[in-house]
Amino acid sequence: MNHQITRSTVLSRTAGVVALLLVVALAAAPWWGSSATLHLIGEFSVYLALATLWNLLAGYAGLVSVGQQAYVGLGGYVLFSAALFAGVHPLAAIPLAGAAAALMAVPVAALVFRLQGAYFAIGTWVVAEVFRLCAAQLAVLGGGSGISLPAQVTKQLGAKAVREASIYWVALALGVGCLVLVWLLLRSRIGLALTAIRDSEIASSSLGVPIAGVKYAVYILVAGLTAMIGALISLQKLRVSPDASFSVNDWTAFVIFIVVIGGIGTIEGPIIGTIVYFLLREFLADYGTIYLLLLGALAIAIMLVAPKGIWGYVAARWGISLFPVGYRIKWKD
Amino acid sequence: MDLLNTIVQGILVGGLYALFAAGLSLIFGVMRLVNIAHGDLIVLAAYAAMVVVKATGLHPLASLLLVVPLMMAFGYALQRLILNRTLGRDLLPPLLVSFGLSVILQNGLLATFTADSRKLDGGALETASFQLAGISVGYLPLLMFAVAVAVIAGLQFLFYRTALGRAFRATSDDAEVAELMGLDRARIYGWAMALCLGVVAIAGVFLAIRSNFDPFMGPGRLIFGFEAVIIGGLGSLWGTLAGGVILGVAQGLGAEINPGWQVLAGHVAFLLVLAVRPKGLFPRIDG
Amino acid sequence: MAEFLAIENLQSFYGDFQALHGVTLTLQPGEVLALIGANGAGKSTLLKTICGLVSGKGAIRWKGTDLLGQRPNLIVAQGIALVPEGRRLFPSLSVEENLILGGQVGRPGPWNLKAVCDLFPVLAEKRAAPATALSGGQQQMVAIGRALMSNPELILLDELSLGLAPIVIKDIYARLPRITANGMSAILVEQDVTRALAAAGQFICLAEGRVSLAGKPGACHRDQISAAYFGT
Repeated sequence: MNHQITRSTVLSRTAGVVALLLVVALAAAPWWGSSATLHLIGEFSVYLALATLWNLLAGYAGLVSVGQQAYVGLGGYVLFSAALFAGVHPLAAIPLAGAAAALMAVPVAALVFRLQGAYFAIGTWVVAEVFRLCAAQLAVLGGGSGISLPAQVTKQLGAKAVREASIYWVALALGVGCLVLVWLLLRSRIGLALTAIRDSEIASSSLGVPIAGVKYAVYILVAGLTAMIGALISLQKLRVSPDASFSVNDWTAFVIFIVVIGGIGTIEGPIIGTIVYFLLREFLADYGTIYLLLLGALAIAIMLVAPKGIWGYVAARWGISLFPVGYRIKWKD
Repeated sequence: MDLLNTIVQGILVGGLYALFAAGLSLIFGVMRLVNIAHGDLIVLAAYAAMVVVKATGLHPLASLLLVVPLMMAFGYALQRLILNRTLGRDLLPPLLVSFGLSVILQNGLLATFTADSRKLDGGALETASFQLAGISVGYLPLLMFAVAVAVIAGLQFLFYRTALGRAFRATSDDAEVAELMGLDRARIYGWAMALCLGVVAIAGVFLAIRSNFDPFMGPGRLIFGFEAVIIGGLGSLWGTLAGGVILGVAQGLGAEINPGWQVLAGHVAFLLVLAVRPKGLFPRIDG
Repeated sequence: MAEFLAIENLQSFYGDFQALHGVTLTLQPGEVLALIGANGAGKSTLLKTICGLVSGKGAIRWKGTDLLGQRPNLIVAQGIALVPEGRRLFPSLSVEENLILGGQVGRPGPWNLKAVCDLFPVLAEKRAAPATALSGGQQQMVAIGRALMSNPELILLDELSLGLAPIVIKDIYARLPRITANGMSAILVEQDVTRALAAAGQFICLAEGRVSLAGKPGACHRDQISAAYFGT
C-alpha cells in the first residue's frame, strides 16, 4: 500500500500535549489563583461548555435551538429543589439535575421535533418560556423573584475556600469534559453519522443512517449536560430566579454569538469564540448597550462575510486542525 | 355571561395576533425565511409611530400614513442589503443574522428611548364601546379585528389575483425558473419584505395604542405571531387568523382562572395543537 | 456577418467540479442544432450555462454581447428562452398563469396566449387547472408554451422526450416546425439520437464535457456518430 490513513498530525499532537498541560495548570488554580481568578476561569469554562454543546446540537446535528436556556434554568431549579427539599448534597445534585433534564427532554423533543428549521428554533424558545413561566409560579422557590441558596445548604459545601475550589473544579471538569466528550463523539461512528446528516439528510438516510434516532439522542444528551451546567451556575451564583436562570440573553444569545464568531461546526470554534467573547467583555462591558449592539453587528458581519467564523476561515485557509475528527490520507512517496 | 365576554374579547385580540402573524406567514411562504427580529420590528414600528405622533400631533392611527411607507422602505432596504445575502440552501445564516438584528434593534431602541414603558394615546377610541348581548365591545378591539380581516383579505387578493402575487408564488415555487421568466429574484424578495413590514407597521401602531410597550417586547410578539401561524396551519393566511383567534381565546380563558396564567395558557394551547395536530388546524397541502 | 450565437472554449463549473472542458459552436438565425451525447456528457449543462444558471469561463456571444456573468432574468430579456429539463412548471400557478408568467419579460413578437393555445389546443381547455395536474405530455406543452411567450429568438429545449410516451413525443415533435418557422433558432438536447437528428439541420455530439463530433445529420455515418457518442 502506498498510503497510510491517520487521524492526527504533528500539529494536532502538539496541541493535545499543550492542552493537557494547560488543564493540569488550571486544575491547580485554587492554589495559585485568587477568588476573582477562579471566578473568571469558572465562568469561561461554563460558557465554553455551553458553546461546545450548542455547536454539537446546531453545527453538527442541525438542530438550531434558541431555547437551551430551558435546561440551564431547569438544572438550577432541580438542584435547588433537591438540596432544599430532599436534603441532597448540592454537588451530588448536579448529575441529578442532568438526569432529570434528560428525562424532561424526551417529551419536549417529541413535541418540538414536529417543527422544521427556523420554526423548530422558535418552538424551543416557546418551551423555554413555558419553563420560565412555570418556575415563576413556584412559590416554594421564590415565585417571580426567585431565592438564594439558604445558609444551611451552603455550609454543606464547606468553608469559603473549599467551597470556591469545589465549585471551580466542577466548572473546569464540565468545561473540559464537554469538550472531550464532544470530540470523542465526533470521532466515533455517531460523529460520522452526524457529519453525513449535516451534509445531506437525504443521502445519509438512503444509506441507512437512523437520522431521527441520532437527532433525538443528541438532543437529549445535550439537554442533560446543559442542565448540569445550569445546576453548577446556580451554585456559582448561589441563587435561582425565573428571569436570570432562564435568561435568553445570557444562556442563548451570548452562546450563539460565541459559536458563530468562533466558527460553527468545528471543535476549535467555541474555544476561539469564548476567548473573543471574554476579551470583548473585558474591554467593552462598561459601555453597556453599545457592547450588545456590537456583538449583534459582529455576528451579522461574520455570517455575511465569513460564515464559517474565525476558526473556519483559518482552518480552510491553512488546512489545519487542532482537534481532528476526520481522517487523513498520507501518501508514502 | 363572564365566559362569553372572555371569549369575545379573546376573539377580538386574536385579530391583533393575526396581524403579528400575517407578515411571518407571508415571508415564510415566499422565501422560506423566518425572521427572528419580526417582533422587534413590530416594536420598532410602535416607536416610529410615537416619534411621528410627537412630531406632528397626529392621532396614532393617522400616523400610519407615515409609518407604513417608512417601514416598507426599511423592509425593502433590509432585504436587499442584508437578508438577500443570507438566503440559500443553508438554514443557519438567515436565522443567525435575524437573531443578530433582533439584538441590535432591542439595544438600539433601548439606547435611543430608554427602558421606560410607553403608550400612545388613542383618545376616545380607546374607551368607547357599545353593548352587544350584554357584553361591552370596545371600538378599538373591534377595529383591530376588522383591520386584521381586511389585511388578510388584501394579502389573499394580492397573492392570487395580481401580477406581483403571481411573481411571489412562482419565485416561492422555483426561484431559478422564475428568473428564467425574467423575474428579478432580489427585487421580488425586497417587495415581499416591504409588504411584510407594511403589515408590521399596522400591527405596531395598534400595539402602541392598545398597551404599554418597551424595547424588549419584541420576542413576546414574535412568539404570539409564531403560535398563531402554527395553530392555524402553515401556508394559510385565513388559518393564521383562526390561529390568532384561538390563541387570544386561550389566553383569555387562562387569565380568567389566574391572571398570571394568561401567556402560559396560550403556550399550552400551542403545545396541545403541536402534539395533536402538528400541521395546524387549517393547513394548506403544500410543500 | 456576426453570428447569432457564438460560443468559444466554454468551461462550465458546478462549484469546483468542471462539467464542460472547452466547447465551441456557432449558430445562425433559423438554425436548429441538435445536441446529443450520453448521460452526464454536459448537454444540459451547456444549455444552463447559456441561460445563466451555471457559471462558466470562456465566451458566449449572443448577437455581439457576452452573456457570461449575466443573471438569467437579463438573458431572457435578450431573447433566449429555456424549456427546462423535467418541465419545472410552477405548481402554485394554473396553466394560464404559467403561460402569462412566461410573457412577463414583455418582448414583442407573434407569440401570445392565443397563439400558444392555437399551437397546443389542449392548453385552452385546461387553462384554469393547476399546472401540475396535467399529464406529462401536456405539461411539456405548457413548458414549451411558457418559453414561447417570451418571444425568444433562440429557444433551448432540454430533453423534451424525458418520461413521455412515444406517441406523445411524436405529437410534440410534429409541432416543432411551426415553432422554428418564423426564423427562431433552436438548440435541441435529446437522448433519442434518431429523433434529434431528424429534427435538426446540424448537430454536435458531446462526450465528457467535450465536443466529440460536429456536422450535418445526413453527412455523418452512423458508426461515426456512435463512436463519438460513446467516446470510443
